Amino acid sequence: MLKLEARPQPSPAWTYGSPLLALLVTVLIGVLLFVALGKDPVAGLRVFFWDPIKSPYALGELTVKATPLLLIALGLAVCFRSNVWNIGAEGQYVLGAIAASGVALMADKGSSSWIVLPVLLAGVLGGMFWAGITAWLRDRFNANEILVSLMLVYVAVMLLSFIVSGPWKDPQGYNFPQSRTFDAATRIPRLFAGSRVSIGIFIALAGVACVWVFLFRTRAGFAQQVGGLAPAAARYAGFSSRRALWVALLVSGGMAGLAGALEVAGPIGQLTPYVPAGYGFAAIIVAYVGRLHPVGMVLSAVLMSMFYIGGELAQSRLGMPRSLTGVFQGLLLFTLLACDTLVNYRLRWAK
Amino acid sequence: MESYALLIAATLNAGTVLALASLGLLINEKAGIVNLGAEGMMLCAAIAGFAAVVHTGSDLLGFAAGIGAGALLALIFGALVIWLNTNQYATGLAVSLFGAGFSAFVGVGYVQQKMPERLQFEIPWLTDIPLIGPALFRQHPLVYLTVLLALALIWFLYRTRAGLVLRSVGESPESAHALGYPVRRIRLLAVVAGGALCGLSGAYISIVYTPLWVEGMVAGKGWIALALTTFATWRPARVLLGAYLFGGVTMLQFHLQGDGVEVPSQFLTMLPYLATIVVLALISRNPQWIRINMPASIGKPFYPGA
Amino acid sequence: MTTPRLQLTGITKRYPGVVANSDVNLAVQPGQVHAVLGENGAGKSTLMKVIYGAVKPDSGSVLFNGQPAHIRNPQEARALGISMVFQHFSLFDTITVAENVWLGLSKSLSLTAVTQSIATKAAEYGLDIDPSRPVHTLSVGEMQRVEIIRALLTNPQLLILDEPTSVLTPQAVEKLFVVLKKLASEGCSILYISHKLHEIRELCTACTVLRGGRVTGVCNPAEESNASLSRLMIGAEPPQLTHRAQQPGAPVLEVRGLSLPRADQFGVDLLGLDLQVRAGEVVGLAGVSGNGQKELLYALSGEDMRAPAGAIRIAGTDAGALHPGARRKLGLHFVPEERLGRGAVPTLGLAHNLLLTRQEAISHPRWGGGWIRVRALEQQAAGIIARFNVKAGGPRAVARSLSGGNLQKFIVGREIDAAPKLFIVSQPTWGVDVGAAAQIRGEILALRDAGCAVLVVSEELDELFELSDRLHVMARGRLSPSIAVADATVEQIGEWMSGLWQGEAHAQA
Repeated sequence: MLKLEARPQPSPAWTYGSPLLALLVTVLIGVLLFVALGKDPVAGLRVFFWDPIKSPYALGELTVKATPLLLIALGLAVCFRSNVWNIGAEGQYVLGAIAASGVALMADKGSSSWIVLPVLLAGVLGGMFWAGITAWLRDRFNANEILVSLMLVYVAVMLLSFIVSGPWKDPQGYNFPQSRTFDAATRIPRLFAGSRVSIGIFIALAGVACVWVFLFRTRAGFAQQVGGLAPAAARYAGFSSRRALWVALLVSGGMAGLAGALEVAGPIGQLTPYVPAGYGFAAIIVAYVGRLHPVGMVLSAVLMSMFYIGGELAQSRLGMPRSLTGVFQGLLLFTLLACDTLVNYRLRWAK
Repeated sequence: MESYALLIAATLNAGTVLALASLGLLINEKAGIVNLGAEGMMLCAAIAGFAAVVHTGSDLLGFAAGIGAGALLALIFGALVIWLNTNQYATGLAVSLFGAGFSAFVGVGYVQQKMPERLQFEIPWLTDIPLIGPALFRQHPLVYLTVLLALALIWFLYRTRAGLVLRSVGESPESAHALGYPVRRIRLLAVVAGGALCGLSGAYISIVYTPLWVEGMVAGKGWIALALTTFATWRPARVLLGAYLFGGVTMLQFHLQGDGVEVPSQFLTMLPYLATIVVLALISRNPQWIRINMPASIGKPFYPGA
Repeated sequence: MTTPRLQLTGITKRYPGVVANSDVNLAVQPGQVHAVLGENGAGKSTLMKVIYGAVKPDSGSVLFNGQPAHIRNPQEARALGISMVFQHFSLFDTITVAENVWLGLSKSLSLTAVTQSIATKAAEYGLDIDPSRPVHTLSVGEMQRVEIIRALLTNPQLLILDEPTSVLTPQAVEKLFVVLKKLASEGCSILYISHKLHEIRELCTACTVLRGGRVTGVCNPAEESNASLSRLMIGAEPPQLTHRAQQPGAPVLEVRGLSLPRADQFGVDLLGLDLQVRAGEVVGLAGVSGNGQKELLYALSGEDMRAPAGAIRIAGTDAGALHPGARRKLGLHFVPEERLGRGAVPTLGLAHNLLLTRQEAISHPRWGGGWIRVRALEQQAAGIIARFNVKAGGPRAVARSLSGGNLQKFIVGREIDAAPKLFIVSQPTWGVDVGAAAQIRGEILALRDAGCAVLVVSEELDELFELSDRLHVMARGRLSPSIAVADATVEQIGEWMSGLWQGEAHAQA
């Protein structure tokens, strides 16, 4: 029968190969799913893997989706590497959107377009504030951050619902729960005409560089990760676990809040109850599939965006439910976790 | 007065959902495995149960389908976590994310469907007792079964050798392995049993609690159930009490809204989640207390060959 | 010729990269106390796992009482009458002694029956234990007694003991030997695994010596000397260390009246400790684990910062509230007992593991903690690897890929290379092969000769006698007065381990 045998060193080949194998298995299962539902699997593959990249406009849409995913995932990577399990990035994203909207709503016809800066800054602070609650509860009360951050997601969504149905409801909005559309001055600058790609992508790529430097070239980043790899060694070295906790949560909260601000002041242009699109949760998968590595996460963010767009296209063109996206995303994480075993173990035939 | 009786009845109803899931998670955690996939299992079980009732008209088949769905997801989770030693937290999250997506996907066709007429249960004679009658004895049979389940679990864990073995596996799988116990098989059994109970809870939600299907209808109860096992320091009786307490908080929001209390509905809906945070904070303050009661191997991987 | 109780022929077991056992033969007679001698890594544990059913050999045969035996798991071994007392106990902390023993026996017995048998057996062999106590309240020696009783209750024909005396005071070791000799006289065979030569010579009547997975000799240890046994075990005489007399300088570590309540409920309170280590001397701290050494070391290294003001001074500075990094700046370097997980991060390379305690490869320390110069770091690691003779795949080899001895050499090297003023090390050669152990001890003495103040905490009395100028003993959270090694004897230290240095009766077995 098959046996698992430990490797002395993690296999570098499988460290890169495992996500690819996971993708392959997911695609295979997807094909089977399509066949079982009586849909053309080739059309399915095309909709997910070709259509999203086949034109400059499609690539632009891909970038628009990938930007928030990448931003949030960068923050989550810092968290997970520190063994801080921030599952509530969705809530921090929402709070960032709310805070950014608050500043954006203060703009009027006469505002300069520099107002974009405070809008984004408000988003960062909003996300940090929400994550800070989790950090404080863990620091002061030792409360499990997984459950607290998750509960705060539900609270954040309720808060958003209240705000757009009440205090910030658009008086000219036919009583729909939504804020008024933000003034044009607050719009995040677009890069090209005819595409929705904004400077957000540059911010995200700058984030990639910063997180890489932090994690791999600074002593602070090293200290952060040792806390996640071997807590006793971190104590031995004198690295503060308290500082690691706060840094991890504030960084990831800030980045999630920034993503929320970019979305709400960018493509959406107003505050609605549909702002929480699940990016906070999808980013968890992006982080894992990207191996918690800044460059890897760029690739996995693109992949996940393809799943999103593929799901939308599958709905409009093939009549499949949009939730297909969620199925594939979940499957991808499953298969990745399973394939990751091969990094540290070898498969052997043994009696 | 009458409305208080109704409030208590509703609390027992709501509490049963949490109690079933939480008792299942307790079995998991006693064996040392934490399954963050509770929400996903409950969602898949909810749609499985709902669909089964819609197609066959039989509530029993609906519950069976729910149990099966929960157990199946738990089996996959268990295989990954116990045999491949994948990270328990990440794998549990994968179950939740996948379960959310899969249940939404499968459930698309069932959103507007209705089940056959829901039966009203009541125990003759006992329901006629003023106040207590309507409060306690007009429940679905599962409510009473849940209480029996909690009692059975107490007996199993603390009065049988099998329960002792289970607790020892959760305490130190290495020692249990050295003594010759099939640690991995025991853990898998615990995980599947826990998944089955989470599945039963999910089916209860869509068949009895709010008899319909809506995407995401579990609304975080799986996560609250996880928190509940910690609050209750892994003891079945406390799980039951805590579940009813939280059920009460959930029902309170409807009661207050009905009473015309001047608070926006969203804040009332927040109540159970905020309550969870507050109780978590208060309970976790004393790390000693948690450490004494917590099965020592929770979350840690086990390598039999080492 | 009597049929041997146990006969192993040609046992071979390979693991990836190493042959643990190669063509091993072993014959144990009924009623014999048979030693299995070998240094760490010689293959003793693997051989025992084969006998006990935890591991299947690649080839070879096992005969039990003359009959072929295919032992597939520990339960089958138990059914045959083979019982094992592990070095690392298989006990569950939160349940009682009786429940623990019950789990180790067949399920047909009831808990009350088992509790009764425990009391009877304990009385019969003079092993004092209360069946209703939860295991986490027991001392390490008492825990071992539970393991032994559990083994005895299976009425074994063959009892295997794996390094049983590392957790016992010399007096407790004597008591254990009495129990074992009584067992043997009743016909039970005993396999005694150890690397302690004088114990084997005192207790055992037969000995099989393993080196590098092979049998290098079978003898009667009572007729051998330490030197001849050592030659069989490592191919040479035990390495001698030269211990030069030296005048110590000024005190570098001063501990005065250190009292510290335990940090968690399973810990030990520290009660009024007084200790001084001067430059150019080695102070040894003896004592069975679980008497407060761990707590004292946490307080000294800075992982526990609750020490009251003035209680701990390093190089003249009050250090009790300083965190580990600040204490390193004062010249303290510490090698902890746990290597993987505390002294080194298992999944990081050796070079990055340097960053735990060394800052030379960091530039601009004020900016975000400093910039890591990776090439400088790898060069630094390569230097330490070369100087301390560490067998590793290079500076990028991950810590867990090294053998125990080599990892310990690296960690000790990392700290010694920092030219400390105060060097503290806990269990410096535990689990390390003889060659590496000799090298580490040599380095410690060289450090002392160069003027560093050294504190060695160890459970191995031989090692402390070899390395130290002065000795303290730790018992129940208290520290004995110091005694010069020249004036100390093993018996006296053994008594002190039970807390008897002031004639007070702190009875502890």
